[in-house]
Amino acid sequence: MADRRYTKSHEWVSVDGDIAAFGISDHAQHELGDIVHVEAPDAGTAVQAGSPFGSVESVKAASDIYAPMSGEVVEVNDKLADAPELLNKDAHGEGWIVKVRISKPAELNQLLTEEQYQKLISE
Amino acid sequence: MSYLLHTDDERRQMLAAIGVGKMSDLFTDIPMGIRSPALDIPGPLSETEIRNELNRLAALNSGSSCSIFLGAGSYNHFSPAALPYIVKRSEFYTAYTPYQPEISQGMLQAIFEYQTMMCELTGLDASNASMYDGATAMYEAAIMSMRATKMRMRVLIDEGVSPIYRRVLGSYAGNLDFDFVTVPHKNGRTDVEAIKAKLGPEIACVIVSNPNFFGIVQDFTALSEAVHAAGALLVMSVNPIAAAIVKSAATMGADIALGEGQPLGSPMFFGGPYIGFLTVKEAFVRTMPGRIISETVDRDGKRGFVMTLQTREQHIRREKATSNICSNQGLIALTASVFLSLMGKRGLVEMAQQNVAKAEYAKGVLTALKGVALKFHEPTFNEFVITLPDRAEGTLKRLAVENKIIGGLALGKYFTGMDRDVLVCVTEMNSKGAIDAYAAALGRLL
Repeated sequence: MADRRYTKSHEWVSVDGDIAAFGISDHAQHELGDIVHVEAPDAGTAVQAGSPFGSVESVKAASDIYAPMSGEVVEVNDKLADAPELLNKDAHGEGWIVKVRISKPAELNQLLTEEQYQKLISE
Repeated sequence: MSYLLHTDDERRQMLAAIGVGKMSDLFTDIPMGIRSPALDIPGPLSETEIRNELNRLAALNSGSSCSIFLGAGSYNHFSPAALPYIVKRSEFYTAYTPYQPEISQGMLQAIFEYQTMMCELTGLDASNASMYDGATAMYEAAIMSMRATKMRMRVLIDEGVSPIYRRVLGSYAGNLDFDFVTVPHKNGRTDVEAIKAKLGPEIACVIVSNPNFFGIVQDFTALSEAVHAAGALLVMSVNPIAAAIVKSAATMGADIALGEGQPLGSPMFFGGPYIGFLTVKEAFVRTMPGRIISETVDRDGKRGFVMTLQTREQHIRREKATSNICSNQGLIALTASVFLSLMGKRGLVEMAQQNVAKAEYAKGVLTALKGVALKFHEPTFNEFVITLPDRAEGTLKRLAVENKIIGGLALGKYFTGMDRDVLVCVTEMNSKGAIDAYAAALGRLL
């Protein structure tokens, strides 16, 4: 898999060929606290870069999550239904939320690199 | 805390400070035509005098001395004498769901017990802490169904659902992007075939009522199978007293069951405050508005209660909240749970059975009158429809004025072509003598 890229709204994307995995950043899970529910779209749903595609609910708040890139959902992480805490334990790995067949690969270039994102959250 | 009005002197000082001569000058922006007219109010009276005057006025009402056969969503039921003494305890009387909830363990436990009882009545898995009334609970069930079906935007409603509830849904839908389609009843029953024909990928849910507005009890098991096959939800409004003896909403396959909780110990008042109960299958818990109180254990392993699922509410999610309702009817919910505790399971079943028996008796004596007919020949709970020889409204008015009998609801206002029909309600509160007196009075008027 290629490097992760980030949005300013704290989602990450990792592109492998024409499939991209979406999740929320480790920083985001830390800020949200214990995550108790993840709402994700069904496979087949179209998502658009910058638009909400689901929500993450913690004991403190429920937050929308925004698609880093556009495309169609091909797989949903079923484990999150019973184990939403995977987002807290491994936000960048087992805590992936959906896999999307991307339609606009060039959108990746507009996203933040690891370095840029680390700078954003340290500000 | 004392409550002190401003003195004339203080008023003068305040007006002088802002450079205004007299109080009425503050209202010069309001055109004369729409200002309140001068009120012709008599001078002050002593406490005793005013008490006597109010008693005199109250005695002009005949309400409490009337024999009541009117239901249609608000029911005259027995309520144990112990109930107000428990509910009005000061620990409970300001029974709002608290904003710092866990400090109020007693209140949370009361709501938890309420939720448990509502689930027992409907057979479903989870209940919220309550809604404003049956109609708002129905609206919430409709939009929950849209969320649960990933925004299917159309709802089918059986015409047998209360026309008053349907008007409330219409008010909400008027300003939103979804629509409600009413499916006409067929001889008082739900037209299952017509609903099946309208099912499709845009239908979020089908809403039915059991018993329906005409009092008719039906088995919706077959309908629920068709609704689920089309990927929609079955939403059922139920009468909580009838629920004690009727096949449960869950057994028939309802995904969401709701209803008006007023029959559970609350007087009819003048239409409120009432309470809407809302129960769901576990899969839909997160699409439900309002709060849920949950049972847990504290750090020492002792039983305790917490408020859950409030993170989707307005004060956190703002315009993206699950609902504009993030409150509950705390005191009326408490009333419902105290009522059910005092009645007990057997008491509630007996009460429900008395409703059926007395309504059946009334059906017999009323339809034995010359010119009076039973409108629908169907099994009913505590309401049924009779057809009079002439327009119902005039007869009902005369029954009330001349005989102090509130004989039921004239259906012409709500259903076209039903000007001669009356929805009659009979509960455990109507004695055999009162039912006979109703039949005799009606017989004399016809």
